[in-house]
Amino acid sequence: MVAQNIIFGFIASIVALSAFRTVTTRNIVHAALYLVAVLAGLGALYVMLTAEFVATTQFLVYIGAVMVLFLFGIMLTRAPLGHLDDLTGKQWPVALGVATTLGAVLIYALVDAFHAAELPTDPVIYRTADVGDSVFSTYLIPFEAVSVLLLAALIGAVVLARKD
Amino acid sequence: MLGLVYWQETAIKLGVIMGVVPVTSLIFVYVFLFKMMSYMQSRLGPMETGPHGTLQIIAEAIKFLQKEDISPDNADKHVFVMAPVVVLMSTFLLYVVIPAGPDLVVQSLDTGIFYALAVSSLSALGVLMAGWASANKYALMGGLRAAGQLIAYELPLVLAVVGVVIQAGTMNLQGIVVAQAEGSIFGIDWIGNPYILTQFIGFAIFMTAAQAELTQTPFDMPVAESELVGGFQVEYTGFRYLLFFMAEFGTAFAFSAMASVMFLGGWGLPFIDSTDNILNVVGPVLMLAKVMLVAFVIFWVRFSFPRLREDQLQKFAWKFLIPVSLVNIVATGILKVAF
Repeated sequence: MVAQNIIFGFIASIVALSAFRTVTTRNIVHAALYLVAVLAGLGALYVMLTAEFVATTQFLVYIGAVMVLFLFGIMLTRAPLGHLDDLTGKQWPVALGVATTLGAVLIYALVDAFHAAELPTDPVIYRTADVGDSVFSTYLIPFEAVSVLLLAALIGAVVLARKD
Repeated sequence: MLGLVYWQETAIKLGVIMGVVPVTSLIFVYVFLFKMMSYMQSRLGPMETGPHGTLQIIAEAIKFLQKEDISPDNADKHVFVMAPVVVLMSTFLLYVVIPAGPDLVVQSLDTGIFYALAVSSLSALGVLMAGWASANKYALMGGLRAAGQLIAYELPLVLAVVGVVIQAGTMNLQGIVVAQAEGSIFGIDWIGNPYILTQFIGFAIFMTAAQAELTQTPFDMPVAESELVGGFQVEYTGFRYLLFFMAEFGTAFAFSAMASVMFLGGWGLPFIDSTDNILNVVGPVLMLAKVMLVAFVIFWVRFSFPRLREDQLQKFAWKFLIPVSLVNIVATGILKVAF
């Protein structure tokens, strides 16, 4: 388990550092690229948890589609090469407070739920077929609810973007 | 199999990928860009260097390597340097799952084809980075066109693959090959069931979308040399340009290989059991032949058609390819349940 711990520490520190730089950098495109590093690091952590399907989805959806659209939108509107002085808003102390509180609540919830439970040294490998089976049996109703929600979001976007 | 420990096996696999990707792009550039295009235009192409001009491609690669490494004054240096690396990394990652025989695959991932489509979508990121960091209007426009095009054609590509996945019952590329070798059409099982016969609509959509993903003519607006003077690649010279070039042809090879595996039966051979060790020898040759056949079609289209307009490109993806591929999925699903 030592190798896993070292790799976890390495990836986690990259994720933490990139997340910090995402909010502190003064260049808007750099902020987006640091966010890509955060999401890629999370994908790597999913691989370490043997969640292959989730990791692949993370790369396809978040990096391949969402971040590309982010960068597309930024570059289409305003993306100067140098620094933007007004990129850090005046409300950053409030945001810091909210983020700290949220982090504390999440850490408390995780520690409270799992205490000192350890991951099995010989982890179960979840096959993609298992994921498919549980989505269409145990989690069928949440899955359908999410797809209706996404449809509503899609229609909402069309309504907002229409000129007439 | 040979009694190697994990790290030795991994080192060998890494070495093989590092060797295969440059070689595939050398083969493609010589066979298609130098020779096929020349013959289609009634000329000979390079003939002087080596027998039939075969060594010309080595000379070209060395020429790129000895050029000066220039980056524009206003460019964002770090992002500018990273961009071609991101694009090439996406190409290298594609080769992880492509099989050439029952045991000849770097890692037979359970998510196989899904993984391949996910890592191929990373190249859009590198292209956007290149376009923005070059500090050049043409480059930025090229980058934006590329991103819009890659997102639009990613969807039909994924949806065309879904039909194959439904029929094979697995996303693992090895599993798809075995399913084709052991399949049957209306009870006739001696040639197996290459999915080009039952998924011909999926094959047509996959090839069209792959043409756009590879930014080959008639979908080459991102690099359109006559209007954008080369798009996102305009500021790149020397070996950084070579990286983009290698990624383009390496990805073309990988997409041709994916099409051969999913629709043409991959390394499977009629009358031979799909676990037979002989396929580890015959498989790579068979795969190379099928890849060259598929790539021939891609480059044939590239050298024959004029470029589309940007709005025609977007309309074609959203209003034609995506609806057709959705209908294809529904039809495949119904037939899968019925038979």
